[in-house]
Amino acid sequence: MEIPEVLEIKNVVKENWKTKTFFFYKNIEAEPGQFVMVWIPRLDEKPFAVTFTNPFGITVTKIGPFSTTLHQMYEGQKLGIRGPYGHGFELKGEKICILSGGYGIIPLSFLSERALLKNHEVTAIVGARTKDDLFFLDRLKKSKLIITTDDGSAGMKGFATDALKNELKKESYDCVYTCGPEVMMKKVFEICENFGIECQVSLERYMKCGFGICGQCCIDDLTVCKDGPVFSSEQLRKLTEFGVFNRDDSGSKIYFH
Amino acid sequence: MTIELEVKLAGLKLRNPTILAAGILGISKKVLERVAISGAGAVTTKSITVKPRKGHNNPIFIQTTRESFLNAVGYSNPGLEAAKKEFENLNDFPVPVVGSLVATDAEEYAYLTENVREIDFKAIEIVLSCPHTPGFGVLAGHSTPEATKEITSAVRKKTKLPLFIKVSPNVMDLGKIVKAAERAGADGITAVNTLGPGMAIDIETGKPVLDFKVGGLSGPALKPIAIRCVYDIYESVRIPIIGVGGITTGKDAIEMMMAGATAVGIGTGIYYRGIDVFKKVCDEITEFLKSHGYSSLNEIIGIAHRD
Repeated sequence: MEIPEVLEIKNVVKENWKTKTFFFYKNIEAEPGQFVMVWIPRLDEKPFAVTFTNPFGITVTKIGPFSTTLHQMYEGQKLGIRGPYGHGFELKGEKICILSGGYGIIPLSFLSERALLKNHEVTAIVGARTKDDLFFLDRLKKSKLIITTDDGSAGMKGFATDALKNELKKESYDCVYTCGPEVMMKKVFEICENFGIECQVSLERYMKCGFGICGQCCIDDLTVCKDGPVFSSEQLRKLTEFGVFNRDDSGSKIYFH
Repeated sequence: MTIELEVKLAGLKLRNPTILAAGILGISKKVLERVAISGAGAVTTKSITVKPRKGHNNPIFIQTTRESFLNAVGYSNPGLEAAKKEFENLNDFPVPVVGSLVATDAEEYAYLTENVREIDFKAIEIVLSCPHTPGFGVLAGHSTPEATKEITSAVRKKTKLPLFIKVSPNVMDLGKIVKAAERAGADGITAVNTLGPGMAIDIETGKPVLDFKVGGLSGPALKPIAIRCVYDIYESVRIPIIGVGGITTGKDAIEMMMAGATAVGIGTGIYYRGIDVFKKVCDEITEFLKSHGYSSLNEIIGIAHRD
């Protein structure tokens, strides 16, 4: 049933200066890359990636009014959850590379854990503004970890996409998985195309229904909530709107450049 | 024996009688193209307003039983100017595109109709029946015979395209409303909009689930109401009817056509059967016609009215 199920918050974990994980009294089955709609009654409902399944947890960075309200909530309080929705990441081959920009680490850390469980060899390229923005590195400790920061306060100074280019020159991978700002993901896709490597990208659009009928989150002719949010290279090659524009809550186009 | 699914609807030739209902998916030309490729005989845009509208806050679309949904989208759309760009070059579009328009009064409807002339819509649908958006439809008093006459006349003066009036199932004087529309120059009736409004309350928090609190009911539960409305409208007017409400299968479509519909709209049905619900419904219609010895849809339209 496509209606929120109200769950009690079990505990809240602070991940960094503006990111918290909310755990609930429930276990769920979900694939990395899938999302849930989180409902705060009389306020709004927004999509968040599933980050933990047992117990179920979501990780939220404080960005706007909704996440700010969410951050004020604590154990014992209740939130409505619908989902999980969408088409998540598909693990391919043996050796994979994940590349996160900023808060893209949220679904990718879950993917990395799943991949390691299934004996894939994982390289994680984690890009962040500064050292203080990093989190979930403990979830990546069994992978080969490459950190880049804009200011050089942790790892290499520079862009995660440059680190990816270097890595692809040295090593061969079966698939690259990315989540982060769309302009960065477009670049990751282009780099992968140049190297002839399959890529999976997790896209974000303004979502409303979550089950593929309202049309609000369309990118070209695909719904991000149902056909996505993860898209393959084959799909990305056909998308004319990828990395070009997003739509706001009215459906008006918001160009990335 | 070959079965012909082509229907003529107010001067439009549709390759089959299935039409994407307004408000579902139709945010862009590209996604409408996908719906056409998935088998629809015609497609309808999301409703266009003069200015951009963000619509209601989420949740806007929820399921209340296996067979019913409530929605209060609130006409989110990027507005007239964006629509002109989004839907330019519809010449090459594989099926007719119906432009759905909503406005607050007759004057604004006329303005909107005049301004969508540059878009190559093949028909115009005006929605006098939304149950959940202040300033529009039922909440603006548009679902009366008088308002229907005034708005339909105003729009009729501004377009030569086939003009469909979308009506509410909630009114007592549906016959008078559709007669008013017909007399004012409408070419067809789209029946019905969502029912209600209804409400769902989450009992854990004691709060209404839809952010707008109330929303229109759609899905299979709406079908018997829609069938009855189409049946009544068929008795009241001579212009064709697009039957909408709870259609998910070919048998539903057949029933709607027997009640008097020339074509059928599908919206929430996409949830149950995917975007290719249009092709599935057409295949099932064909199968039904074949197994029952009919050779065309004209043989079944309105047969429930024969003694």
